[in-house]
Amino acid sequence: MATALPLDLNRLTLAHPLPLDSGKVLEGVELAYETYGTLAADRGNAILIFHALTGDQFVARQHPVTGKPGWWERMVGPGLPIDTDRHFIICANIIGGCMGSTGPASPGPDGQPWGMRFPVITVRDMVRAQVALLDQLGIGTLHAVVGGSMGGMLALSLAANWPGRASRVLAIATTARHSAQNIAFHEVGRQAIMADPDWAGGDYYGGSGKGPEKGLSVARMAAHITYLSEAGLTEKFGRRLQDREAKSFGFDADFQVESYLRYQGISFTNRFDANSYLYITRAMDYFDLAEEHGGRLADAFQHVGDTRFCVISFDTDWLYPTAESRAVVHALNAVAAPVSFVELSAPFGHDSFLLDCPALDRVVKGFVG
Amino acid sequence: MSLRPDLAKIASLVPTGMRVLDIGCGEGELMGVLRDERGVDVRGMELDPELVERCVSRGLSVVQGDADRDLADYPDAAYDVAILSQTLQTAQRPDYMLDQLLRIGRTAFVSFPNFAYWKMRLSLLVHGRMPVTRHLPVSWYETENIHHLTVADFRDLLAAKGVTVEGSWFFADGREIGSFRANWRAEHAVFRLSR
Repeated sequence: MATALPLDLNRLTLAHPLPLDSGKVLEGVELAYETYGTLAADRGNAILIFHALTGDQFVARQHPVTGKPGWWERMVGPGLPIDTDRHFIICANIIGGCMGSTGPASPGPDGQPWGMRFPVITVRDMVRAQVALLDQLGIGTLHAVVGGSMGGMLALSLAANWPGRASRVLAIATTARHSAQNIAFHEVGRQAIMADPDWAGGDYYGGSGKGPEKGLSVARMAAHITYLSEAGLTEKFGRRLQDREAKSFGFDADFQVESYLRYQGISFTNRFDANSYLYITRAMDYFDLAEEHGGRLADAFQHVGDTRFCVISFDTDWLYPTAESRAVVHALNAVAAPVSFVELSAPFGHDSFLLDCPALDRVVKGFVG
Repeated sequence: MSLRPDLAKIASLVPTGMRVLDIGCGEGELMGVLRDERGVDVRGMELDPELVERCVSRGLSVVQGDADRDLADYPDAAYDVAILSQTLQTAQRPDYMLDQLLRIGRTAFVSFPNFAYWKMRLSLLVHGRMPVTRHLPVSWYETENIHHLTVADFRDLLAAKGVTVEGSWFFADGREIGSFRANWRAEHAVFRLSR
């Protein structure tokens, strides 16, 4: 598991200590970020993209660890819906993450990795850190803030808690609060990690320990199922067998879907830190934008003024189903915010926002402008 | 601008600076005119995701929704004007939809095709079959127009509900006509209503 990254990442240290929702304060916060395109002289063309749970700042650039293309290269680039010829794109690794921003693998005050001594953070804390990053980069009002899945939660949090900071808010396949089902799936993942003896109470960074690779792998496998749809899995794998003519009457990966999930799990451990997974899923589970604002979601948005919103859901997404997006739209309507909403049809479940969906491209292009 | 005559009429009657909800806004033709030429703060609702997509790409704020169900989500008196064009006859319960319209908007515009237009009557009389015309081009079994109505029917409903008619306008062959015997002569009607 990657801990100390031997990578040359763009990083910035926040000038001020970062206050957290828990009441604690993080000193010397580092944020690793990538930018794409050129900042206009009037600084009015900046778009902040928030990545999802296991994403990072490599939106449209080859990933330095996996060597794979950026996670949204089909959306962000020259002439693409989020056009780097016209806009200046910023994407930073969230705090708590493991691609260069301060997280549980970073050195704590005593120089040793934080591990489980890292404070529990929230979605709003992640946004607060990135607003501080924008301040230090000299970027005031964003042309747009964009996010899918957890990134959408950050986008909604920024809109609610830093009203006016972005002129446009695009929230895709997301929710204003984590449901019991969302929390339940995350808890399965966390328990898988913590049940792995190699987790060692989160103190696995030193020496030759490889960390809880098995636990993290199982967590990823369980989560990955929630990103897909039943129809998508059936179409991709059905009950087809993996490199064999008949069932083995054993517990190898007989089925293609098993082999696929195992691969997803194992390859994830090469690029992700298990403690980061614990902290980030916790932050998502704590997320309830209405609760932060007295229990009424509309009150979260009461100061958004003429910020334009676009909310997009997918008909096969059962992780953050359309009803969750409609709740956001309902709240925005209640405060008369200019909001657009569309449920798109795509076969890939929650992951549709990352995959080939021409209608999504058109809506994003139209909204971001 | 090449708006349908009923939409052009509504556009000309919405005062500048109003807050407007266009229900069943299609690809946003009326919304565009209201925003660009009338300085109106306009929002839309449309059922068809492809049409919503086109609206969003024109910079319009449109929520994909089903007017039969989702109007209930809007607060009371949220808009100065609520517009329902060529949608009433597609509603599950047009009477409920009218209630929602007048709850959300202080005033409402409703436009609908008049089934008592003389060509309709003649076609039904002569052929004995549900008319298929330029304005109602779809066969009875696949039409979205599940509650055909006439100008007289609509006036009866308004009277029964105690709705005030602030104005009414009638159209045939793409032109505005007078209100004389409108239930015979009008292909389309536009009403301005309030509680």
